[in-house]
Amino acid sequence: MARDSQVALVALHRFGLGARGGASGDFLNAASDPRGFVKAELARPNGVLLEVPGLQSTAALGKAVFDYQFEIQQARDAAAKSAAPATEGQSPPDAKAQRRNLSLNSIAMELAPKDLAAKEPSKEQPAKPPENPNAAMAPTEAMRPNAPKPPPAPLNIIQKTFRAEALARLQRAVIADCGFTERLVVFWANHFCISANKGGPARMWAGSFEREAIRPHVLGRFADMLKAVEQHPAMLFFLDNQQSLGPDSRAGRNRNRGLNENLAREIMELHTLGVGGGYTQADVTSLANVITGWTYAGRLGQLGAPGTFVFNANAHQPGAQRVMGKIYDAPDVTQGEAVLVDLARHPSTAKFIAGKFARHFVADDPPPALVARLADVFTKTDGDLKALATALADSDDAWKAPLSKMRSPYEFLVASGRLLAQIPNDPGRYLGALNTLGQPLWSPAGPNGFPDSNAAWAAPEGMKLRLDISAQIASRLADGVDPRDLLELIAADAASSETRRTIERAESRQQALALLLMSPEFQRR
Amino acid sequence: METTMDCCEDMRSPATSRRAVLLGGASFAAWAYLPKFARAADGRDPRLVVVILRGALDGLATVAPTGDPDYAGLHGSIALSSSGPNAALPLDSFFALHPAMPEFARMYREKKAAVIHAVATSYRDRSHFDGQDVLESGFTGPGRVQSGWLNRALEGLPKGERVTSALAVGPTTPLVLRGAAQTVGWAPVALPQAAEDTAMRLVELYQHRDPALASALKQGLALDKAAQGDDMKPKPGINGVGAMRLVARGAAKLMAADDGPRIGALAFDGWDTHANEGGPVGRLAQLLGGLDGALAEFETGLGPRWRDTVIVVATEFGRTARVNGTQGTDHGTGTIALLAGGAVKGGRVIADWPGLKPANLYQGRDLAPTTDLRAVMKGVLKDQFGLAERVLTESVFPDSAALKPMQGLVG
Repeated sequence: MARDSQVALVALHRFGLGARGGASGDFLNAASDPRGFVKAELARPNGVLLEVPGLQSTAALGKAVFDYQFEIQQARDAAAKSAAPATEGQSPPDAKAQRRNLSLNSIAMELAPKDLAAKEPSKEQPAKPPENPNAAMAPTEAMRPNAPKPPPAPLNIIQKTFRAEALARLQRAVIADCGFTERLVVFWANHFCISANKGGPARMWAGSFEREAIRPHVLGRFADMLKAVEQHPAMLFFLDNQQSLGPDSRAGRNRNRGLNENLAREIMELHTLGVGGGYTQADVTSLANVITGWTYAGRLGQLGAPGTFVFNANAHQPGAQRVMGKIYDAPDVTQGEAVLVDLARHPSTAKFIAGKFARHFVADDPPPALVARLADVFTKTDGDLKALATALADSDDAWKAPLSKMRSPYEFLVASGRLLAQIPNDPGRYLGALNTLGQPLWSPAGPNGFPDSNAAWAAPEGMKLRLDISAQIASRLADGVDPRDLLELIAADAASSETRRTIERAESRQQALALLLMSPEFQRR
Repeated sequence: METTMDCCEDMRSPATSRRAVLLGGASFAAWAYLPKFARAADGRDPRLVVVILRGALDGLATVAPTGDPDYAGLHGSIALSSSGPNAALPLDSFFALHPAMPEFARMYREKKAAVIHAVATSYRDRSHFDGQDVLESGFTGPGRVQSGWLNRALEGLPKGERVTSALAVGPTTPLVLRGAAQTVGWAPVALPQAAEDTAMRLVELYQHRDPALASALKQGLALDKAAQGDDMKPKPGINGVGAMRLVARGAAKLMAADDGPRIGALAFDGWDTHANEGGPVGRLAQLLGGLDGALAEFETGLGPRWRDTVIVVATEFGRTARVNGTQGTDHGTGTIALLAGGAVKGGRVIADWPGLKPANLYQGRDLAPTTDLRAVMKGVLKDQFGLAERVLTESVFPDSAALKPMQGLVG
């Protein structure tokens, strides 16, 4: 029985997003057939897609954001002409100080009690600077639905879209049976990350990018995901490829502008071969040439429907290119597609992906045999990602390794929501807490994504903030739950006697729940 | 609403620590929809506040039986003394009050405060949660968490009674006020949180189970202190004294209003004094000072309403009579309840004193309870609101027919 509980813990924490509270029976199901529990989601056709009424396609969102930005620009131009420039670029005197304190302010707002019958906006809550890039994450009025409020600044289309996409993702994560496929989605979305902070279109597309370029291929082929990602308007915008012009292309010559290597470099360094994967600067330049003309149609739709991927032959560098020793001479978009196919099949890619996959799910230093086995599966199946996930779930190494990884902030918050049956109907609290804990949704600091190591997530300040957030969650939700029962739900007899005693001896439910959420049993996976 | 805002002014200073920010987001329930009350024939407009001390208060350290020859030996280094520096405040020839509670001592002298000693709920085990469930649910055993006795008392009031709603202070409604009867909530800016205590317990757990996390958390806590520019000293206005006062001040203002709630409940955490409990000064003294300040805030804030007010301070159980190996006390049984307010027939320590001889201790460890806390509550509810004994026994405190309401606590 002790062994079964330990295995259930691995199924729920290493592979999944933690046990759900209530009568879900997750722990018993995981204990009685751990591998089956984990793999059940892999067998569900289309189970990984996220189709929610109201969520729109990238093209529709693109048109909306172009139109919105056009209106703003026109209004700005009109104002600049007619009015004195007094209001231009003005920001409140405390805007800078506030930005410095953003995470603290947002946590205070996100986690402020919202269950009371009615309330007034806090006097402590400073007004937001008008161009606060994170405004979409924490609108006051959403926090205080019944508040008799001063006229609220309505959410713009970008903020609304971001919140709707975030809500759909969070809801799916909180209700998923095991959460293995959602973990895979997060893994691949982080591997092929964009950042919503790049600008309006990126924020607008962050969710649709994941829904369209990642999810359909999470249990499909790596090569298909690679192509979908590199041709997605969100990625092209994030890594500036829409600006890249072949120096000898018609557009390049006309405008006397040229290559931007950003996307090409990240394709090789981060998306496929990995640093040290055998490519040279010449290969990067060649690939950059190959993918010139990969762009998306703008507001006026001259090249195609606004917000869709298009190949702009006018911007494409003419002629054959040598990449990794091979000549690619197709004159159009298929030139780049052929390179991607080969990069996806390259042995360096198999090694790079296998290592990252094992590091994410098993350990910062994963067993080399496991990495080799995953690389082998990747190669032999020509990048079948379902086969890769299945190989992980079938590997004894993945089940035997101690639970040494720290849950990322996202995993921690979703696991808390699952345990406490908090299916969000407003993403505010989750988004605010993710900001505070250093993993703002869809907004990593660079194209290499969020870090995936204990050093990153078990850092001193992070631990202190996790404790603060756990205490906040507990102060709202501990009434009516028994933390001793919750410990049974997450770990049963795999819980250590020290954790059990610490929770039993806590002086209040609130304290006990905060301690449970911070316990090694809950934090480690 | 304006009248209630200034209780939070202190929290808005630039020096506000991160803890305050984390707890921030003052919110005030909208009172305007509450109906006005009709004046009762006798002109009384009674108010009742229940204060739950979570963590099990050491009753023997708060109201010390200095006249009991076994007390000083049992309570050892933390025992109070009626003489010397920081002398306990004498209540009568036998009991003395902790010196951190001068306001309560004054109320006691003015006969507006009383102590019930050697009191306990019907719970006889040592789990905080279960003990709090019994204390707040009013049932004889744990596990009944659907409604609390104060809410059922509210329900039991005759229709058209003056009291139509009750105030729950805090981010969530304490169990004692949860149930079918309508309540309203108010979350003050900063509730006292035993956050440092929680952090210390977590560090302890990590040290046993996960040294890497222990090291990271300890560093994080240290960084946090450094960033705040202070050390381990309690921060006024955030922990202990200051925060308890703020909470009480806000609640009192709400309850003093003509159309404000007549019944309120709130909880203070942090009374689980396993180690370094302290004697006349120290950790418990700090907490008791906060509680004393909170009672004074109620007196001031309720103004003319104080005359008809009863505050009951209760805890889930007491602590061991004997001091333990870490200068603290462990989970015990018998403890105290405090009554304060203009309506209290005070100036008395009410106790059927069991004595502290080893043979008289409960399980050889604890002050033996001789009074059932429910009898005290029943007496208060009966006197304050005229609740019938039948209601008190059948719905407010089920299975308590054998317990007569304690007579003469109010008047």
